[in-house]
Amino acid sequence: MAEKKITLNIITCRTIQQGVGMEAGKTSQKYFDACTIIQLHPDDFKRLGAWKNTNVRVTSSAGSVILKAVETREDLVPGLAHIPMGPWANRLVPAYTYSTGEPCFKGFPADIEVAANERIMGAIEVLQDACGLIRK
Amino acid sequence: MSEYIIKNGHVFDPVQGIKGDKKDIAVKDGKIVDKVGSSAKVIDAKGKTIMAGALDIHAHVAGPKVNAGRWYRPEDKHFDSHKVPGITRIEGGKSIPTVFKTGYAYARMGFTFAMEAAMPPLYARHVHEEIHDTPIIDEGALPVFGNNWFVMEYLKNQEIENSAAYVAWILRQTKGYGIKVVNPGGTEAWAWGLNCLSIHDNVPYFDITPAEIITGLMKTNEYLGLPHSMHIHQNNLGNPGNYTVTLDTLRLAEGVKANNNFGRDQIMHSTHLQFHSYKGTNWGDFESGAKEVMDYVNKQKNITVDTGNVTLDETTTMTADGPFEHHLHGLNHLKWFNVDVELETAAGVVPYIYDPNIRVCATQWAIGLELALYAKDPMRCFITTDHPNAGPFTRYPRVYAWLMSKKYRDERLNTFKHADKVISATNLSGMDREISLYELAQMTRAGPAKALGLSKDYGGLKVGMNADIAIYNIDPDNFPSAGAEIEKAFGNVAYLFKDGKICVENGKVVDMGNKHTFWVDAKVKENKQVMHDIREKFLKYYSVNENNYPVPESYAPHQHIINVDAA
Amino acid sequence: MPKEVTDVICPFCGTLCDDLCITVSDDNKTILGVKNACAIGSEKFNHQRLPGRVKRPRMRQADGTYKEVSYDEAVDWTAKMLVKSRKTLMYGWASTSCQAMSIGHEIAEKVGGIVDNCATVCHGSSLIAIEDVGVPSCTLGEIKNRADRVIFWGCNPAHAHPRHMSRYSIFPRGFFTVKGHKGRKIYCVDCRYTDTAKCADEFIQIQQGYDYELLNAFRTAARGGDLPDAVGGVPKEKIYEIVDDLKTARFGIIFFGMGLTHTMGRNHNIDIAICLTRDMNDFTKFSIMAMRGHWNVTGSGQVLGWQYGFPYAVDLSRRDQARHQTGETTSVDLLNRNEVEACFYIATDPGAHFPVDAMVSSARKPTVCIDPHINCTTEISDLHIPVAMVGVETGGCAYRMDNVPIETRKVVEPPEGMLTDEELLTKINKRVDELLVKGGA
Repeated sequence: MAEKKITLNIITCRTIQQGVGMEAGKTSQKYFDACTIIQLHPDDFKRLGAWKNTNVRVTSSAGSVILKAVETREDLVPGLAHIPMGPWANRLVPAYTYSTGEPCFKGFPADIEVAANERIMGAIEVLQDACGLIRK
Repeated sequence: MSEYIIKNGHVFDPVQGIKGDKKDIAVKDGKIVDKVGSSAKVIDAKGKTIMAGALDIHAHVAGPKVNAGRWYRPEDKHFDSHKVPGITRIEGGKSIPTVFKTGYAYARMGFTFAMEAAMPPLYARHVHEEIHDTPIIDEGALPVFGNNWFVMEYLKNQEIENSAAYVAWILRQTKGYGIKVVNPGGTEAWAWGLNCLSIHDNVPYFDITPAEIITGLMKTNEYLGLPHSMHIHQNNLGNPGNYTVTLDTLRLAEGVKANNNFGRDQIMHSTHLQFHSYKGTNWGDFESGAKEVMDYVNKQKNITVDTGNVTLDETTTMTADGPFEHHLHGLNHLKWFNVDVELETAAGVVPYIYDPNIRVCATQWAIGLELALYAKDPMRCFITTDHPNAGPFTRYPRVYAWLMSKKYRDERLNTFKHADKVISATNLSGMDREISLYELAQMTRAGPAKALGLSKDYGGLKVGMNADIAIYNIDPDNFPSAGAEIEKAFGNVAYLFKDGKICVENGKVVDMGNKHTFWVDAKVKENKQVMHDIREKFLKYYSVNENNYPVPESYAPHQHIINVDAA
Repeated sequence: MPKEVTDVICPFCGTLCDDLCITVSDDNKTILGVKNACAIGSEKFNHQRLPGRVKRPRMRQADGTYKEVSYDEAVDWTAKMLVKSRKTLMYGWASTSCQAMSIGHEIAEKVGGIVDNCATVCHGSSLIAIEDVGVPSCTLGEIKNRADRVIFWGCNPAHAHPRHMSRYSIFPRGFFTVKGHKGRKIYCVDCRYTDTAKCADEFIQIQQGYDYELLNAFRTAARGGDLPDAVGGVPKEKIYEIVDDLKTARFGIIFFGMGLTHTMGRNHNIDIAICLTRDMNDFTKFSIMAMRGHWNVTGSGQVLGWQYGFPYAVDLSRRDQARHQTGETTSVDLLNRNEVEACFYIATDPGAHFPVDAMVSSARKPTVCIDPHINCTTEISDLHIPVAMVGVETGGCAYRMDNVPIETRKVVEPPEGMLTDEELLTKINKRVDELLVKGGA
């Protein structure tokens, strides 16, 4: 029975595609394609009742962002999702550092719900939007 | 360039045999000259002591293990770590000063030269970056060879010419000064977790002994005719009973003659001898072996030594004797840093607290002082603390005070918690000798300069020599009776001249002067075998390319290159 | 005729490959080809010649657009910002040269800045752990020549250090390791079966966030202690089996990454990994190494180390003393708590890599971003100053993940009139001096 909203444990980290995209330029298509995804385990797709490559809204204590849900390349376990590092992932990363200087890049909960018709923002846009700097 | 005339000071210059006579010293264009014109600035040195700038022959002040020590000891910056008013940068670190503090602190004590004691060739660029950032003082660095794969292979086959060609190549690649040997063979064994504790232990795989490495490198050094001799940190450092290994090592110098054009007489410099002068069989019956060791050193005229005095501080030990540091960590359980360096060496760092309440530490303190007090020839025994291993170099004034005042050192000795045990394990309490100002000049200026092959221009106040001059607020006719006063005077020069420029005045840095990086360029015949071996090892075993190995010129913008023709 | 520049050092990750071969046009202006680099390194060199390269500084206007300004104007604006601000965050440094960092630190001392580098969101946890317990480590060549047990724990070199495994850690044939990967046993511990795990002989799937517990269990097993049935999802029999195998190694190495530094426990995760390594030295030779991410974050730590005594998060704002306290002088915390008055970013993109709350705080302050390219941060800064790409268009010293220093090369000329970091910082330093003499902005 598909649930409207599921909660997953999120980790954010480098992928080689993200690295290549970053070097191609933060405004490049390569970077966008590499970073605007959230990788889910097939079981979690089922729970969510979503098809592969559907846009989803991911919401954590820090904020919310639209990403494309894809099937994992590097096996996950059910309940664990992976987002490549970048400004989209960082819309979600809780900034609290436990006095270590390091935010919670890996291992924080987020809600996922289907948002099939919502648009994914560009790299600059997703940050400027959070900072209230979108040019009218 | 400025002219100065330093008037009325008491000059102590072993190079000219001047023992405190009042003599004027004239400075012009960076050199000591016969006389200067009437427009020369007059420096009144009445009632003051004048010596050449001091040279520290062995200190760990620049390089990867020094910086590892800084990184991992933020607590070392709790003390003595602040900016002093004036033109200086922020200073930091008590036992491992930052590079800015290092330069200023040496200058304030009247030093104009420091030798970085151990440079891993692969990390040479790091050593030179730190030397570049260290203000005022001239510096050099000694690359380590005693656990080097090339050296061990050549010496096993007794190929001295090949060993010399390789050493010359390394000196050029790393802008190095001479041949340093640390725990020969033992540090290569440490890459497998093992060690060599005597000079006849076999190095795993390489099938060579420390004795063969030491002898081979001494021969290599004399084949090249380098300004400095082979500089050795013996095997079995720090263990009770190790004085026998020390004597075995020192005996290897017998019969070997020095060959060089730099006025150097010694063929072996044995460093931080305090750590190697231990009798006894364990920490329980641990006692001083200083007399036995110095009896030999006094007889064997082709050896120089430096003391490695313990200063009774919290400090940080750091050495290329990797296995020793692991062992020390096992003793005191303080944080341990280690790095094994491919094909070349290793290093370890462990904090250490020389607590005067601990019998062993107090005994180590006494041993260090005994070595200096037993020395018959102060031109062959130099004062160091193996900074920072036995104590920070900023404690040199305190060490001088202990050596120059029996009263001061007895005060310390008799107030130890376990004084009676320390006194019975050592000879110090019965030694009356007090080092004189002249002897101090020998042990901190003329002696080290000669041992480093720099005696033509440094370590003395003769006309023609470099104008590196320290003027202390010490009146030899009214020598301070209190140790604390001696310390204070040696810790804050009235003036420091470096290359004829006043860099420190009344203990305050007033000019950064012109620092130089000293290194030795030894020219040898082209050696195709060695070049082939180098090419091969870089292709197969090193993790960097041969063309990325050398230190670029930009890292040492002011080089003082000593050329040696060994072709 | 195009020419080949050899022995080029790749300025991307901490692997610092130094065997790249770049083909350059004969006018020294364009890179035509890259050999030996991984996909990411290749992209970096290829990016040099893509159209749309920003060539002059850009200042944000009131309507949100950017207008080109001269370098002199940019230098003046930056110097005024630095002099006016009582406490400026000067963050980044991980992708520029040590020579440039040195000039930057001079500026920071004069204006009261806080100098922090990318370790603050990367291996900062490791540096804290090293400050607590030290670290037994080695150079990468020792792995190549000696290691017969290699553990990748919480790191994914297949994605983040692509040539690491072939240059150092799995495949090379070294002096004592003539069989190459056949003579090594490779373990990979991760919460996902990564592409690195696919190269390992054995993959240990750990429950995400349980690294401290599992490392603790390894230590316990090494000392012959009792374990519960499973730790972090790994059965105790497997833990004992692995530890027993590690004890038979001649030379073991643990490589670790963000899986330990970013997860719950932070520095404690690395602390216990280091303690495990230290314990293993009672049985055989063992080392541990942090997989440093940027090609010169280690260098920034080294320069800060020898100049001020700390590896990162160095607060010079009191001007009389250098202070370092994670949680207080680290960038994300300073931004979270709004404790700086201006932001100076160089050779970094916190807009892409800091949590959004920190960047929202940053965007409210006067900000300068120095970077060869447009990135997320430049688009929320007041001023973007482009500079030459270090390691491509200008040289400078870099430090590899094992702290080995290598001087990077200049391969091609930068675009006409573009300054290097060193030149720009020298101008800013001089302008700051002038303003301080005048008595402020």
